[in-house]
Amino acid sequence: MAAVGSCASGSGTTGSVGAAAASKNVTSFQRKGPRASGTDSGGSRLVSIAGTRPSVRNGQLLVSTGLPALDQLLGGGLAVGTVLLIEEDKYNVYSPLLFKYFLAEGIINGHTLLVASAKENPADILQELPAPLLDDNCKKEFDEDAGDHKAPDSNIKMKIAWRYQLLPKMEAGPVSSSRFGHYYDASKKIPPELLKASKWHGFFLPEKVPSTVNIEPCSLTHGYIELLRFIQKVIYEEGFDGSNPQKKQKNILRIGIQSLGSPLWGDDVCCTQHCASSHSLTKFLYVLRGLLRTSLSACIITMPTHLIQNKAIIARITNLSDTVVHLESFIGSDRETNPLYKDYHGLIHIRQIPRLNNLICDVSEVKDLAFKLKRKSFTIERLHLPPDLSDTVSRSSKQDLAEPAKLPGPGCGMTAGGKKHLDF
Amino acid sequence: MFPELNNLLNTSPDSVEQGTLTLLCDAGTDGSFLVHHFLSFYLKANCKVCFVALVQSFSHYNVVGQKLGVSLTSARERGQLVFLEGLKSSVDVVLRAEAEPHPLGFLREAGAGNLQPLYEFVREALEPVDCREAAWRSPVLLVDDLSVLLGLGVGAVAVLDFIHYCRATVCCSLQGSIVALVHDSGDAEDEESDVLLNGLSHQSHLILRAEGLATGFCRDVHGQLRILWRRPSPPTAARRDRSLTFQYKIQDKSVSFFARGMSPAVL
Repeated sequence: MAAVGSCASGSGTTGSVGAAAASKNVTSFQRKGPRASGTDSGGSRLVSIAGTRPSVRNGQLLVSTGLPALDQLLGGGLAVGTVLLIEEDKYNVYSPLLFKYFLAEGIINGHTLLVASAKENPADILQELPAPLLDDNCKKEFDEDAGDHKAPDSNIKMKIAWRYQLLPKMEAGPVSSSRFGHYYDASKKIPPELLKASKWHGFFLPEKVPSTVNIEPCSLTHGYIELLRFIQKVIYEEGFDGSNPQKKQKNILRIGIQSLGSPLWGDDVCCTQHCASSHSLTKFLYVLRGLLRTSLSACIITMPTHLIQNKAIIARITNLSDTVVHLESFIGSDRETNPLYKDYHGLIHIRQIPRLNNLICDVSEVKDLAFKLKRKSFTIERLHLPPDLSDTVSRSSKQDLAEPAKLPGPGCGMTAGGKKHLDF
Repeated sequence: MFPELNNLLNTSPDSVEQGTLTLLCDAGTDGSFLVHHFLSFYLKANCKVCFVALVQSFSHYNVVGQKLGVSLTSARERGQLVFLEGLKSSVDVVLRAEAEPHPLGFLREAGAGNLQPLYEFVREALEPVDCREAAWRSPVLLVDDLSVLLGLGVGAVAVLDFIHYCRATVCCSLQGSIVALVHDSGDAEDEESDVLLNGLSHQSHLILRAEGLATGFCRDVHGQLRILWRRPSPPTAARRDRSLTFQYKIQDKSVSFFARGMSPAVL
């Protein structure tokens, strides 16, 4: 037994198997060995950066988009070194939310942020970030709860159905900051002390573009080349490209670029069908990806693709990005009043998922996805048809359903018939 | 390389056809698995390969290559593989102040791109130098993918010219082969892309066209591959059908091909 004990101290797995074999009641359902407590603290070198985890499929380091549901759809998260392109919805109501979730996730995890915009001052964007669900009261309660339950839990080792032990215990409650992917309360602003503690760089286009005319002729629109230089400078100076090995703690740079390609960036790709600088945007994306691939950074871009007149450019932009997600809101379309979609605010289309270090990519099986903006959170769900409610439960809602259907009806006879039918 | 695809194409690394232009084309799906196939195929066949990789980083191709049984790192050290990494070079070209000549120098220019430096790069890479180099068999130019060039401001005609020059050099005088991938933009109304695709289809000897399924996403069938021989296949084969269509499923390390509707998941 002593030999087994020493063995256990040496290498966990074999030792505990030996110990298990030595104990009396061995069933075939016995666990092989205690899993390393907390998968987060696994010995892998990659996990040493907060808020990241390696991909199950290709070993690529992933960061969360700030929306765990979206992470799941993208195959676990956004791979470091890649671009996530959000095609904005028509009135730009929902895409800023995704943008802010991405940045807020960076702040919680202590990542460095780089926010670029031509419209709003980056400092203002940061003020508007949603508050993480880390409320102190809530947390205290949760800790007490956890304390009460945890003490007996840790003592009792399940002999049968031990797989239940592996289930994450704190599913519903607020989460600690070390976890991958957080939940946010969109109705509240992020606490200023969190913002103060974070490190961020802002790129506000009107401040950066000189009013003088000494702009050298270049293949890229001036704002784009300035932004690329800025990103390159940050990556180089802060050692995100791995050139600064003496830096102790590796960190992730999260880049957010707002409404890229809009006329405010000085790009005419949105304005005309055959514009002079139609390659500016695609070139920018290409060089940006080149920068990202060689550094520890991930980038989110929102782009008003519905403004781009030339469809060919959209196809090229998609090909030159890594992950592409399209938001289609119901605002202003006839779907807004369609009873089929009454539970949702829009559809979300995953246009492209990159193949990294692999022949295949993680495509989610579900293609029909819808989103909904609740009071506090943005949720992505599988698109369901509303349930067919029985008459006894709620007749009123069924009448609601019938109302819009009645409208296009040609004659009153039909509608009357429909009503009659409903009255049963 | 995928042995099943070799069977379909009637080739093997021991008998490499020379002087051909193979066009890979994808429509509504991702055809990069074909690039990986040809890369590993020619490396295994001991050919001297010049790989113009504009889409992904070297490590990506290397990791996938290892799954298919070739090591790009060692091939590069041996001198068998000349690798041009477009993403990495683009940063240097665009953001570096001094203007030194680079194969992708057109990125810096404002006007229509000039691909002559890229052609010079390919020619230098593939031209046999000494007797030491003679260890490699016929030279191969592999491009992933030509559509990226359109996005980077190069006109379709310039790309066609580039391929024409490469054909003259690689296929004719050096007795090698060219493999290039192009996206078919489909209904995106991309005129330049159509010009490029039609022009290349006209020149090429073999066309492999990967298409997504018309009915949409399927878990067990990832798409269909159309193989079109545009010139008589080797006399030994003596086949009458000039085009074949198969459905395929990409797996972790290989691709399985089957006749239409004969997916193992269906049967």
